[in-house]
Amino acid sequence: MSFNRRQFLTSAAAVSAASLLSFEGASAADPIAVASLLDLSGGLDIYGKPMIDAMTLAVEEANAAGGLLGRQIKLINYDTQSSMQLYTQFAQQAALKDKVAVAMGGITSASREVIRPVFDRFKTLYFYNTQYEGGVCDRDQFETGVTPAQTVEKLVPFAMKKWGKKVYVVAADYNYGQITSQWVKKYTLENGGSVSAIEFFPLDVTNFSSTIAKIQAAKPDFVWSALVGGAHISFYRQWAAAGMNKSIPMASTTFGVGNEQIVLSPSECNGMLVCYNYFESVKNAANTAFLAAFHKRFGADYPNVTELAMGSYQGFKLWAEAVKKAQSVDRMKVIEALETGISIDAPSGKVTIDPPTHHCILDVHIAEVKDKKFNLLEDFAQQKPSDTAAVCNLIKNPTDNQQYVIKI
Amino acid sequence: MDLAALLGIQVLYAIASLALISLGLAIIFGMMKVINLAHGEFLMLGGYAAIEANKLGLNIWIAMLVVAPIVVGAIGVIVERTIIRWLYGRIIDTMLATWGLSLFLIGLTTAIFGNTTVGLSAPLGSFEIGRYRLSAYTLFVIAVAVVALAGVLAALRFTRAGLIARGTMQNGAMAAALGVNPGRVYAVTFGVGAALTGLAGAVLAPVSGVFPTIGAAYVAKSFITVIGGGAAIVTGTTSASILFGAINQLATYATTPVFGEVALLAAAIVLIRVLPQGVTGRFFRRSL
Repeated sequence: MSFNRRQFLTSAAAVSAASLLSFEGASAADPIAVASLLDLSGGLDIYGKPMIDAMTLAVEEANAAGGLLGRQIKLINYDTQSSMQLYTQFAQQAALKDKVAVAMGGITSASREVIRPVFDRFKTLYFYNTQYEGGVCDRDQFETGVTPAQTVEKLVPFAMKKWGKKVYVVAADYNYGQITSQWVKKYTLENGGSVSAIEFFPLDVTNFSSTIAKIQAAKPDFVWSALVGGAHISFYRQWAAAGMNKSIPMASTTFGVGNEQIVLSPSECNGMLVCYNYFESVKNAANTAFLAAFHKRFGADYPNVTELAMGSYQGFKLWAEAVKKAQSVDRMKVIEALETGISIDAPSGKVTIDPPTHHCILDVHIAEVKDKKFNLLEDFAQQKPSDTAAVCNLIKNPTDNQQYVIKI
Repeated sequence: MDLAALLGIQVLYAIASLALISLGLAIIFGMMKVINLAHGEFLMLGGYAAIEANKLGLNIWIAMLVVAPIVVGAIGVIVERTIIRWLYGRIIDTMLATWGLSLFLIGLTTAIFGNTTVGLSAPLGSFEIGRYRLSAYTLFVIAVAVVALAGVLAALRFTRAGLIARGTMQNGAMAAALGVNPGRVYAVTFGVGAALTGLAGAVLAPVSGVFPTIGAAYVAKSFITVIGGGAAIVTGTTSASILFGAINQLATYATTPVFGEVALLAAAIVLIRVLPQGVTGRFFRRSL
């Protein structure tokens, strides 16, 4: 049998074309890939672990209900290990190798700013599901967490009315802490108060003794903490060990999102004030159903579903809702569906996408730490992301792509 | 005035914590010439030993002051018998082996305890100096450092075991000729160094919390202190701790923790440039 080179090439090409075709044909039934990039180890794991659990539950619920557009959802889980380098690497992998329909994740604002340009460049839809300092204006991205106009604006006057007008701010030393502390300052000044000092700490600082001395010298009416991560928990311990928690109260935009109220003993943190979108004690039917499902999946003794965990859950639900509306996972079609102002009845209450900012309109609550739990003190329904809305309008300027920073 | 007293106590505390984390290394590195890159992990293990013992219901003081040194000391003896003893005199190989050990211990503790910060609440409450409040635990850490330094000094100078240890480190073959078993002396000395390190890790656990990679925060400072101190174990550690601790704490108070660290490192560079043999290479030369 003769089999020359030309015949070989023809048949080889035909075979490979056929295999390509069959691959293409099968892809309609292939699962939809969704990437999650979260710190599940390292100093930020206190935030990441509850987030991935909530995300897992959201995906499993969607799959149990038959998936999206008749396709199952495959969650590709990247552990970024609290390392910025891994964020870049995994973001590229998710966009180029996995070709995911959407990427969700990033915890610190530093990590978000690392992966946001990557997803922009490779045209991959990106959801940032963490409460943060506000101001990101990027059509490729949706922010489902609360921002200072939704939380700090409520908590500052509340704390000032309760404790007094002089605030001392301690914050993590990166964009989140830097910008959030400026918001705290802005709202304090607007309410007729004063800020004695703002101090920043890198994420690995564990010795706060000299700061505690400085705070005592400044004699503020209360302390505002925007500290982040496992190492900074030492601040609360050392603060309590010096007996300061009995004389100077504290409010925070970060306390509890890593379940600090469980890690610390009640005597160390009772009475602290926080303000978030979600607390387990929020009363509504969706939350009751969610908590039942969550505890069934992850055990009845699961410590506490955090603000950030709920952010992940709601972020996924919003995206899924948009996919159903768009009848496609195509990036532009989903963005346009989200920009119709999609809304879900989430465990935290109604959550609606605000089309011009790509942020969310949602409920927030002020709560007090009490014996490892949060007692709700005051509710604010359907708060708009007015901080970002003041500077960002993606309907008018769809090509805008930057993070606006507050100037005082 | 109150502020000066408060600052004074904090400077003493910074010195004490530096001396505590370095003392074990001063014995293992300064005396035995073993570059133990797993030193930070010994500190971390001390912290975990205390926290776990406390969780099992042991009194916090027993957990910190007894259980942690015994556990880490025992780990030290095992490490010496299985890894270090084959590598005496081979500095690069020891570095590699102990670095591997450090990674292994981080991995092992991560697997067992998870990569999460755990901690103890500092006992003892607080006290007042004028209008300032301070954790009483600060004074306890200072006291532990003083007792540990005095204890090591007394053991080396006044006990037969201390004399044998010093003699064996100086000339193992001669010590062996005189009827001492150098292997055993090495193992015990390494174990004592590890035990002191475990003690330091446990005592500092309520202040800073413990997580598997916390050793990295300590190991550089420990080496800087021991090298800055020079050949003498107790005098060297003490003098270098006083110098670096004071600079670190005062700079931290005046500016931020970041510049405090920078000031410490800058001081170390200057010190090593001026006194390449460390403080005790020039001053207190015949001390221990």
